[in-house]
Amino acid sequence: MSNKLLINIAKSLLLARWKQTLVAAVGVTFSITMFITLLSFMTGLNDLLDGLILNRTAHIRIYNEIKPNANQPINSIKGFKNAHNFISSIKSDANRQAIYNSNKIIETIKKDVRVLGLSPKLTAQVFFNDGSIDITGSIFGINSTEESKLFHFDEYVVTGYPADLNKINNSIILGKGLADKLLVVIGDVVQITTSKGDRFQLKVIGTFQSGIKEFDNIQSYASLITVQKILSVPKDYLTSIQVKLKDISLAPKMSKEYEQLFQTDAEDIQTANAQFETGSSIRTLISYSVGITLLIVAGFGIYNILNMMIFEKMDSIAILKATGFSGKDVKRIFIYIALSIGLFGGMLGLFFGFSLSAMIDQIPFNTASLPTIKTYPINYNPKFYIIGIVFSLITTYLAGWFPARKASKIDPVVIIRGK
Amino acid sequence: MNKILEAKNINKFFHDPIRIKVLENLSFSINKGEFVSLTGKSGCGKSTILYVLSTMDTDYEGTLLIDGEEMPKKNEPFLAKIRNEKIGFVFQFHYLLNEFNVLENVMLPGLKLNKHSREELEYRAMQKLKILGIDQLALKKSYRISGGEKQRVAIARALINDPHIIMGDEPTGNLDKKNSDLVFDIFNTLSDEFQQTLLIVTHDPSFAERTHRIIHMEDGRIII
Repeated sequence: MSNKLLINIAKSLLLARWKQTLVAAVGVTFSITMFITLLSFMTGLNDLLDGLILNRTAHIRIYNEIKPNANQPINSIKGFKNAHNFISSIKSDANRQAIYNSNKIIETIKKDVRVLGLSPKLTAQVFFNDGSIDITGSIFGINSTEESKLFHFDEYVVTGYPADLNKINNSIILGKGLADKLLVVIGDVVQITTSKGDRFQLKVIGTFQSGIKEFDNIQSYASLITVQKILSVPKDYLTSIQVKLKDISLAPKMSKEYEQLFQTDAEDIQTANAQFETGSSIRTLISYSVGITLLIVAGFGIYNILNMMIFEKMDSIAILKATGFSGKDVKRIFIYIALSIGLFGGMLGLFFGFSLSAMIDQIPFNTASLPTIKTYPINYNPKFYIIGIVFSLITTYLAGWFPARKASKIDPVVIIRGK
Repeated sequence: MNKILEAKNINKFFHDPIRIKVLENLSFSINKGEFVSLTGKSGCGKSTILYVLSTMDTDYEGTLLIDGEEMPKKNEPFLAKIRNEKIGFVFQFHYLLNEFNVLENVMLPGLKLNKHSREELEYRAMQKLKILGIDQLALKKSYRISGGEKQRVAIARALINDPHIIMGDEPTGNLDKKNSDLVFDIFNTLSDEFQQTLLIVTHDPSFAERTHRIIHMEDGRIII
């Protein structure tokens, strides 16, 4: 009851100066709106940029690196056992890029509960023959179903269907730049020459656009079996296994584990793409600090208005105290005033923030490098809305606390005698 | 006789700019049902003693008993409760809250006390307004009524919790002859018909003469 009375008094004080209240609330609304919009937009862009690389990159890539044999003959000479040996008699072996015992590795990884899925890959360096010129390029042999599921392959195929790779024999999906250079469209046939000199004819069933032009100019995709045929290698011949994990943060630990277990090379995404993580965390930091700065500025606005209100209401505060309201009651009245400004302004801010981000979401954004994106990206994460409202309440509470404490300390005798 | 209010050896100093003694060993008591006026020249300390007695000013030496209970000097929420429950105030200025209407202004201390339901309080507030003859103003905003009416609303507000004592600091100081007579008549009625205890500070001799007892002060001392 007592609380209800205090809330009632707070309400009356607020409504009596509703214009002033509105100005304070508008300040909060504006900053929350900007906070929500900024974060949604920035995070949307961040996700887009990260997605460009991270979505398509395996969390762990298992492969065989070309490197000199670690056990060089000079090491077996007793006298040089503890010396620094730099003579490499045995050269690097390029013939074994394939992963040893790949079937067994795939089976083992598939059983691992931490793994979301994996996609085997085989790379072949080839020449695309077009009249008198040969264009250097590479063909990735993939399992298009797994690749689409794990690495969004289907999103980058702009014409044709990725699933056709499995259905149509000797088919290929070309990078858009490459297809333009070769002057081919769906249904045409391209001729390739392998590094060993074998010639193949492949049917174009689609084109893809990855967003990174250099890739599109040299890359193409075919089914695993087609590439194995081109290279005339057995069915277990794979150059890399792309593993996607349920929790990306486990990647560095697991890549070391796999390296040990399979006696091969494994690289985690954090090592391979460190710059992306740094970039995105810094962008997030910037948007949060701008948003929070806006809120703090709004907080000072509320502080000023409450201070002014207390100055104006000195008489009322004095009489409330004279008739039996304690300092604590008076303090609570002003805290309620501040919090209701924060809550009202904050809620409106959430609404406007949502509307503004929805509007930005409708603005066309067409860029050649991002075929799947038609409008500006927005991330509608509820987390931003929760942070927004919580922060607006905290700022307004703090902004109200100091003036409220001042009000509670007002000595009624001084005010009443002063008249 | 039942002592409502008792002051024992009250001393008070003003510290700013220099230490001056404003109240010199004041001791007196007020019995239930008495209508007492406190008079004296400006600066004799009559308002100062009133604020000490009202518990709003706690910077004094000596003992203050209200209803036989000694008032602590530090416990602000407790003193606020005492003021709410046992003391009614009428000041020279009415101090009504402009945000509320007349009825709400009268009810405010009652709502704070929270002894009666809202409906009951509304009824009681209307009763008080009727005694003061201003019940027709109940729903008007408090800044839309005349000065004399405002002072009567302030008296109704002082009465709402049936206080043990009503204290007034020059309650007629701002009013013309007609209104100040009206206010005196109200106090008189409260004293005669309802046995309300009243302690009124005034420098108006004609007002003081008509009360039951006059306490006259000079230079921080009680003369009679």
